[in-house]
Amino acid sequence: MSDQPQTTRISAQAHSGRDERIVFLVMAALLVAAPLAVYPFFLMQGLCIALFACAFNLLIGYVGLLSFGHAMFLGSAAYVGAHAAKVWGLDPGLAILAGAGSSTLLGVVTGALAIRRQGIYFAMITLALAQMIYFFSLEAPFTHGEDGIQSVPQGMFLHLLDLSNQTVLYYFVLAVFLFGFLVIYRTINSPFGDILKAIRENEPRAISLGYRVDQYKLAAFVLSAALAGLAGATKAIFAQNASLSDVHFSTSGEVVLMTLLGGMGTIYGPVLGAFIIVAMQQYLGQYLGQWVTVIQGAIFIAVVLLFRRGIVGEIAHYFKRSL
Amino acid sequence: MLGISSQQLFQQLLVGLINGSFYALLSLGLAVIFGMLNIVNFAHGALYMVGAFCAYFLLNELGLNYWFALILSPLIVGAFGALLEQLLLKRLAGLDPLYSLLLTFGLALVIEGLFQNFFGSSGLPYAIPKELGGGRNLGFMFLPNYRAWVIVFSAVICFSTWFLIEKTRLGAYLRAATENPTLVRAFGVNVPRMITLTYAFGIGLAALAGVLAAPIYQVRPGMGADIISVVFAVVVIGGMGSILGSIVTGFALGVIEGLTKVFYPEASNTVVFVIMAIVLLIRPAGLFGRTA
Amino acid sequence: MKTMRLSAVIASLLLTTAAFADDKIVKIGELDDQSGLYADQGGPGSVLSVNMAVEDSGLRDKGWTIEVISADHQNKPDIAVGVARQWFDVDKVDAIVGVQNSGVALAVAGVAKEKNGVLLVSGAASSDLTGKACTPNTIHWAYDTYALANGTGKAIVKQGGDSWFFLTADYAFGHALQRDTSAVVEANGGKVVGSANIPLNTPDFSSFLLQAQSSQAKVIGLANSGGDTTNSIKQAHEFGITAGGQRLAALLTFISNVHALGLEVAQGLTFTETFYWDLNDGTRAFAKRFSERMKSHAMPTMVQAGDYSSTLDYLKTLEVMGGNPHDGAKVVARMKELPTDDPLFGKGMIRIDGRKIHPAYLFEVKKPSESKYPWDYYKLLATIPADEAFRPLSQSECPLVKK
Repeated sequence: MSDQPQTTRISAQAHSGRDERIVFLVMAALLVAAPLAVYPFFLMQGLCIALFACAFNLLIGYVGLLSFGHAMFLGSAAYVGAHAAKVWGLDPGLAILAGAGSSTLLGVVTGALAIRRQGIYFAMITLALAQMIYFFSLEAPFTHGEDGIQSVPQGMFLHLLDLSNQTVLYYFVLAVFLFGFLVIYRTINSPFGDILKAIRENEPRAISLGYRVDQYKLAAFVLSAALAGLAGATKAIFAQNASLSDVHFSTSGEVVLMTLLGGMGTIYGPVLGAFIIVAMQQYLGQYLGQWVTVIQGAIFIAVVLLFRRGIVGEIAHYFKRSL
Repeated sequence: MLGISSQQLFQQLLVGLINGSFYALLSLGLAVIFGMLNIVNFAHGALYMVGAFCAYFLLNELGLNYWFALILSPLIVGAFGALLEQLLLKRLAGLDPLYSLLLTFGLALVIEGLFQNFFGSSGLPYAIPKELGGGRNLGFMFLPNYRAWVIVFSAVICFSTWFLIEKTRLGAYLRAATENPTLVRAFGVNVPRMITLTYAFGIGLAALAGVLAAPIYQVRPGMGADIISVVFAVVVIGGMGSILGSIVTGFALGVIEGLTKVFYPEASNTVVFVIMAIVLLIRPAGLFGRTA
Repeated sequence: MKTMRLSAVIASLLLTTAAFADDKIVKIGELDDQSGLYADQGGPGSVLSVNMAVEDSGLRDKGWTIEVISADHQNKPDIAVGVARQWFDVDKVDAIVGVQNSGVALAVAGVAKEKNGVLLVSGAASSDLTGKACTPNTIHWAYDTYALANGTGKAIVKQGGDSWFFLTADYAFGHALQRDTSAVVEANGGKVVGSANIPLNTPDFSSFLLQAQSSQAKVIGLANSGGDTTNSIKQAHEFGITAGGQRLAALLTFISNVHALGLEVAQGLTFTETFYWDLNDGTRAFAKRFSERMKSHAMPTMVQAGDYSSTLDYLKTLEVMGGNPHDGAKVVARMKELPTDDPLFGKGMIRIDGRKIHPAYLFEVKKPSESKYPWDYYKLLATIPADEAFRPLSQSECPLVKK
């Protein structure tokens, strides 16, 4: 590795709290008011996927690990949550917890295997593991294969909130999203988060300082898996289905795209990226069909070549703030 | 033995060898590109598909049969690959290799999406060339001549490539250029051009696999996506920089997959990934890999 | 003052009743796989079919406003459900037509019931749509897994094909098709000697075909569809299986598959369909108009014919009702009361479980020497009368069927 050219690492900006808090309030306010202007079903889809993207970003943006199989957490949690609500008849809150719990477990098992490697190898391992989960989902009887789990009941949350009411459902999903988002925020801006960043910047040094690097990476991986699962199980409840496309490789690819587009290593980037991509699929997908794939590929290429910091990253860089 | 006759066993081994030929050829291209250029070429499956389509067009638009396609398709698609490298991949030269992975992933989406749009999804027919039609009865099975050709031809190409890279001077330059481009350039070798040509060569191998596949698998826009994740697993198992590793592993995994299809068909899709997980636990660099 | 208030009250009462009166506005949404695995069977051709049906109904000339929109569900239930909800909630769509892919269709059926819209399915196969998943808002048109199994299975067994080996796509649709066909084979004195569950989208069937060959079953049943079917047929040809005397029963085949394979490879295939463009004058006239307007000049498949037919029947029913009540269950109930007769499927009716009843046909693909003109692919082996083609009501699991 003697005369290798300097490699530019995928990195995040240094952070300052005030701007982030203002943006958070703006974002929350927009989301609270949004159902007045935008169809709530689409908004809820955006929120779940945004949470998924934020969870993914935790790994790539702050630990430097690109997971190419994150759909396995989203999808498996969706299946477990859907099954819990439909077949076991659990309260939606418990069903979501069951889903998130299952993805946490999956995160522990897969993380233990994947963490051993870095960079491209890590990506390949996560891809392979996700493929295994996909084929397992295809075969397992409880997932009903191609049909998926349909007509998942929405039920009454804590016997108080009727989730089949669109408005109540929306604010419930929004609450889940904000909760997940805040968990990530607190994680990043904590001593634990600082150590993760240190590991990303210079792993040998972190080891030499005595940190058990593998344990930290695994912890971040499991947290990312848990939150992705939270997004997946919530999706199963609001959309009332869990299907193979939730565990399919293209979903893993899409979350990479969203995060890249929004800005890896920024807090709000994945949220923006997710909403853009979901909007594109929903509104343009109806008219453009397979062109959506081509456009997504073109966006990938354009972002990687021209603005690697992503939209939010570029904005943050321009204003010399951190977002 | 285990309720399967030896006849069936030999059948499946032979069939597995055929599949293994494709895995070997494709993972060879990937290994060449990764080993020499440190680029993870996610577009490999898409370009394999383009190679097959190229053969189809050569036949249907220009009347050039399979034998022409075997030579022309890799050249044409390889040239296209060189163009991609010059226009797009070169710009990522100094950056984290993950970016080239993402770029080629985007390329794959664009290429596959475009073909999907223009050619639909049912696939186009491509006939087995007359010279290779029919088959011979081997006693335990009827082996189509074309499939035998696939095995033989792939093996020849794979070992020629290995020989080229490991045993010739050109190969030595290539390997040196990967390890230490500045020094090799100081010796007067045009390193950027070597890199472009190497990428084109790897792509050409993918296209060649596409031409081989056209008569037996439908020429469909999705054919690359179907096979790419298995090929990546093969390369990881073999050791990402190792030419010999990917060849041997490709053939071997084809055989293993064939055996799984007999004893436990539902698992035939996952067996390659399971093996990958196991190998990574025991020998993280892959079976033949050099530790990075 | 008082008269003004009174007249205002009367006026508003009149307005509200006017709002609830039937109007002559219809909005139809064609939801399908426009670009992926099943696009050639339905897709843009289905959109064309729906538009042709609207034109042929003549209702626009009678002062009705009929709008047709379409969307691509990309074979994903989530996208389909999102589109269906938006269409019913926001875009005021009355009826959704098409919907290939059984998983997608089942999901959309739930939405149609919830929003009281109309769902006319021609693309999906699962007989559950008129079985345990039936709703008062769904009508299942062209074909289903039971019809395929019953037609092909029974006919082949009667012709001497009494031992079967299945190559089954390992998901719900494939299992259902194998299950239904096995039942028919065994009921008619045949036996199932083995099967292989094959993961979806497998490019290579050689090992499974070899197993089928070793089993020496007289018939190899292909319980799969789309690319899997074309691949398994092509490779069966390559391994000399049909030449060796075994018969291929491609349980779900469309003319688009045959076209993609070419007659050289597809000859001898036997399967059931409920429509063929060259069957009679009525079908031929439609097919000619259809292929002229199709970019690819392809002939219509059974799915596309079903979309035409179902849309036409829907509009005719609305005409009989005098207006569109925007009440899905009501319209569907009326459709079930009226018998149907159209140039594509002949005389038929719609049962209480939502199953459209019409004759089915057993076809065999012609040899290249037997084909005299473009798209001349099928020869008719047998006609299965309408009352035998579909699952009898006595066996139905649909809650709407009173036992």
